[in-house]
Amino acid sequence: MEGILYAVLVLGVMGLVFGLVLAVASRIFAVKTDERLEPLVEALPGANCGGCGFSGCSAYAQAVLDGKAKVGLCAAGGDAATQQMAKVLGIEAETAQRQVALVKCSGYDAKVKGYYDGLQDCLAATKVAGRGPLVCKYGCLGFGTCLSACKFDAIHIENGRAKVDPEKCTGCMACAKVCPRNVIVPVPYSADIVVACNSKSKGPATLRGCDVGCVGCSKCEQVCSYDAIHVEGNLAMIDYDKCVSCGLCADACPRHLISDSNLRHDMDLVAPR
Amino acid sequence: MIGKLFTIALSAILVENFIFSQFLGICPFMGVSKKPNTALGMGFAVTFVMTLASAATWAVNQYLLVPLKLEYMQTVAFILVIAALVQLVEMFLQKSVPALYQALGIYLPLITTNCAVLGVALLNIQKGYSFLESVVYGFTGGLGFLLAIVLFSFVRERIDHCDCPKAFRGFPIALIAAGLVALAFMGFSGMSIG
Repeated sequence: MEGILYAVLVLGVMGLVFGLVLAVASRIFAVKTDERLEPLVEALPGANCGGCGFSGCSAYAQAVLDGKAKVGLCAAGGDAATQQMAKVLGIEAETAQRQVALVKCSGYDAKVKGYYDGLQDCLAATKVAGRGPLVCKYGCLGFGTCLSACKFDAIHIENGRAKVDPEKCTGCMACAKVCPRNVIVPVPYSADIVVACNSKSKGPATLRGCDVGCVGCSKCEQVCSYDAIHVEGNLAMIDYDKCVSCGLCADACPRHLISDSNLRHDMDLVAPR
Repeated sequence: MIGKLFTIALSAILVENFIFSQFLGICPFMGVSKKPNTALGMGFAVTFVMTLASAATWAVNQYLLVPLKLEYMQTVAFILVIAALVQLVEMFLQKSVPALYQALGIYLPLITTNCAVLGVALLNIQKGYSFLESVVYGFTGGLGFLLAIVLFSFVRERIDHCDCPKAFRGFPIALIAAGLVALAFMGFSGMSIG
């Protein structure tokens, strides 16, 4: 009986003493945190995707409080998160246009120059002699390194090339950061006209690699009445601030590379015929 | 004296590695070994806490439990001590060394329930170590954990890129790989030290 009493007493006292010590310590070592931090973190989606450039949602919230970052950098939370953050801080937020990732490659029949049997990883494939199995130096390799970077299940390999599901994509661009070919770029969610090629090679070189690649013929540039599409470095680029989605360039493109339907919804339209 | 400490250190790191031959602390070992840098963070946090916990539990045992003949309460008392200690250390770090607090991050509170920490406290008593020996055993045991988790994180990075059968992807193949690495560590158990 006495043994049990001792045991209960000793452990009870130990617990009490530790509790008191911790209570005192929490006062002594109290760190002042901004009371806005918690609602700010709650306003963010909590995916910790890193799309804002900080190591996680709470790091971003802290940076906003410290004045090191602006609200509206959270792509995953979108407009709702931006508005909520602005509300917490008591400021006006500009509504940002939703951006999604786009894989600028439609080379489903891109020519292969050799058989690659190494690690099934894009970065590994670009490290071997010849910089990967494709003739094209710019196209998607399709080993899916971007797949594992995506936290939202928004990118998949279809017909050997990566494709983004714009409905699921939050525009965090984590896929673009791991892509050794830099073939993934942000485009506005509402963009109807996209150039689905990344080849900056000169025309003949592009022709050797792929049946659909952009050869830089500038026909799109000539038909555009809004000064919205230009060929830079042998590749057509669209300025979405000016583009009105009229589709003239898509009709003019001899390679059927520019899509006048939403390319990301219906890739088949630009597949080689 | 130095010789004995060296023996304790070497056996804690290699021969009696907490992960690979005593199978303690497997939960954080499997959970946080996906990437080398997080594994490194976890390893350092565990080393830190194991060293402190060895010292604290040895003192509690020697000056509280033994005089009162309450050695059978070791497990409960040690958990209490470790939990309180980790909380205290966390608060202290947050205030005084914010950089280290940031680096250890979520791993510090997680360690409260790491059985390698409780294991080292109980083993110290079982083996009848002195205070200094206990601290050395705790510190080097933590280093052994660090070695194991960092080594294994490299293995897992390679596994991620392998084309392994669908049924084995993820945790199953990680468990098999852990078994193979443990087998490699078995090689050390033939060594006699000291």
